[in-house]
Amino acid sequence: MTKIAIWKFTSCDGCQLSLLDLEEDLLEIAKHFEISYFLEASSKRADPPYDISLVEGSITTEEAKRKIMDIRAQSKYLVTIGACATAGGIQALRNFASLQSFKQRVYPRPEVIDVLPTSLPISHYVRVDYELQGCPINKLQLLQLLYSYSRDLRPSFSSGSVCMECKRRAIPCVMVASKTLCLGPVTHGGCGAICPSFGRGCYGCYGPKETPNSASLCQWAKDELDFDPLALDHAFKKFYCIAEGFKLSHES
Amino acid sequence: MKAESKQPVHLSVSALSRVEGEGGLWIKIENGKVLRTELRIFEAPRFFESFLIGRHFYEPPDITARICGICPVAYQISSTAAIENSVGLTVPECIWQLRRLLYCGEWIESHGLHVFFLHAPGFLGYPSLMDMAKDYPKEVSWGLQIKKAGNALIRAIAGREIHPINVRVGGFYHVPEKKELESLLDSLKKGLDYSLQAIKWIGSVCSFPSFKKEYTFVALKNDSCYPIERGRLYCGEQALALEEFESYFTEEQTDYSHALRWLDSHAKPCVAGPLARFNLNYHPLPTFIKDILKETPLEYPCMNPFQSILVRLVEIAYAFDEAIKLIDKYEPPEPCYLPLEPCAAVGYGISEAPRGLLYHRYLMDDKGLIRGAKIVPPTCFNLASAEEDIKNWIESHLNDTAEKLTADCEQLVRNYDPCISCATHFLKLKFL
Repeated sequence: MTKIAIWKFTSCDGCQLSLLDLEEDLLEIAKHFEISYFLEASSKRADPPYDISLVEGSITTEEAKRKIMDIRAQSKYLVTIGACATAGGIQALRNFASLQSFKQRVYPRPEVIDVLPTSLPISHYVRVDYELQGCPINKLQLLQLLYSYSRDLRPSFSSGSVCMECKRRAIPCVMVASKTLCLGPVTHGGCGAICPSFGRGCYGCYGPKETPNSASLCQWAKDELDFDPLALDHAFKKFYCIAEGFKLSHES
Repeated sequence: MKAESKQPVHLSVSALSRVEGEGGLWIKIENGKVLRTELRIFEAPRFFESFLIGRHFYEPPDITARICGICPVAYQISSTAAIENSVGLTVPECIWQLRRLLYCGEWIESHGLHVFFLHAPGFLGYPSLMDMAKDYPKEVSWGLQIKKAGNALIRAIAGREIHPINVRVGGFYHVPEKKELESLLDSLKKGLDYSLQAIKWIGSVCSFPSFKKEYTFVALKNDSCYPIERGRLYCGEQALALEEFESYFTEEQTDYSHALRWLDSHAKPCVAGPLARFNLNYHPLPTFIKDILKETPLEYPCMNPFQSILVRLVEIAYAFDEAIKLIDKYEPPEPCYLPLEPCAAVGYGISEAPRGLLYHRYLMDDKGLIRGAKIVPPTCFNLASAEEDIKNWIESHLNDTAEKLTADCEQLVRNYDPCISCATHFLKLKFL
């Protein structure tokens, strides 16, 4: 049976929780896959190698660097799940500051905090076979990925934007209708345009889509929405703050 | 552990299973005495309180939700309450009721996860829910249906179950129509029924060790309803103003763990969470729930942490019943939020996360930018108490095998449903 292992690095637990949120489908998965390592859900541990390793969280310590190398060596396929593992997550905000100043603000003895100065994605350290976007991931994409594996198919997800998902759902454009900043035009689809359907602008939690034109969106926000530059900077500097397509926006 | 030798003995669990986040346990025993109990939290710190500095006042609900994928609603409600409190914005009762309804969804899914996925397999001797399902298909199906109903409630109000998107300072971005919520009633009523059956099942199938301690409980309290999204802060019988939180409780940092601890005013551990809420708020629980408890070993007051699994089921049943009532009287709030005028001020917010009270404090400047932040999650109260339980347990079970003691200690930790992801983002080191 195909062996799956689930690993956690620096993160909130939300993406691996998506697997438990599959509810009845989880029992079905357990019939077709051997869940070999999933500390949050099971005290059973099977030895490597593993067919698929699902990895949550970013790399922020020396020990994690070593551990991810081991996991790569033990796994046939390595799939990152979510913004932290795929793009460094919100904790990558530290990459823009000096770690010292970040630590000093919080810790009376910053010298004893032994962490890397950066939060970086898994792909910075090892080869990654597939990446699932989102903070959090869409659990149905995870299910589709496992199904594809079981049928020996290549998983296929749309590379379009949230904006396209919104159009397909015929949701009135929040930027046009209510002059609300929306990152939908530059954000990777996959969530199903949840925020615009609730009348708020997309806040980019699925990261930049392929070839985003964030600079143009920023210009538009300043010219047409009269958007405050600091607020615009913060809008891009969140869950995908170090992803190239979003980073350009706040560095320009 | 056979106590024939006088050599020091170590017990260790390098990575605890079926808990949320990453932690380990290290115990040193000598001459029948536990010399050290260390619940080590080795999740890397994430510096959330630093990220918030310089951010706009409307950002904490989305940012702090990312502290925990299991209880994001708690972070959203405590943070909005703190920011509203700073400027004295009074949010209408109908918006608070919708927050309470959303929070019911989180209690249901989070407690459902803990009871069925994490805690029950330990009592019944299975490595996981998936393994337990082979022998208890009906009961596991109740658990999955319960969790699913909680998630559906969160999705209907706030878009998605993990990191919901609809909570904003002052209210909501959008409020659901009554008929959208009414379509959930069927699954909520079934969920209520399953949770009552599960109380009887867990009450009869689990054998609870006779372990009791005098705990100091810390929880919110209300006169007429069980506290979820609001309430007055109590530590035991002592009522506290929110402004007193950081001066009344003591914070300390050990050198072996990435999580800060909070102790009561006498520097003793206190307990937050279901057991604390149940003992401080038993009276407002509905009669039908109190009646069903007569068929179980759970009594009021409850000082046995193993029975927290039953208390969580009680809270699931309460949250289902409360959600049904809230939907029955629901009218969409109009407007769906109140705008906030920033001013230089400090604000406090507290609510009952599934694992216990969650405190936020923010300092804001006149431009509405955050200049200071403090977040205290419930696990920081419970870690020290879990260590004391382990020490007491081992000293009274020295004849058990190391294997059994280790398994029991893991279950003692699970009694608190520690959320280790929550406990590590704001780490502040202070050596003892």
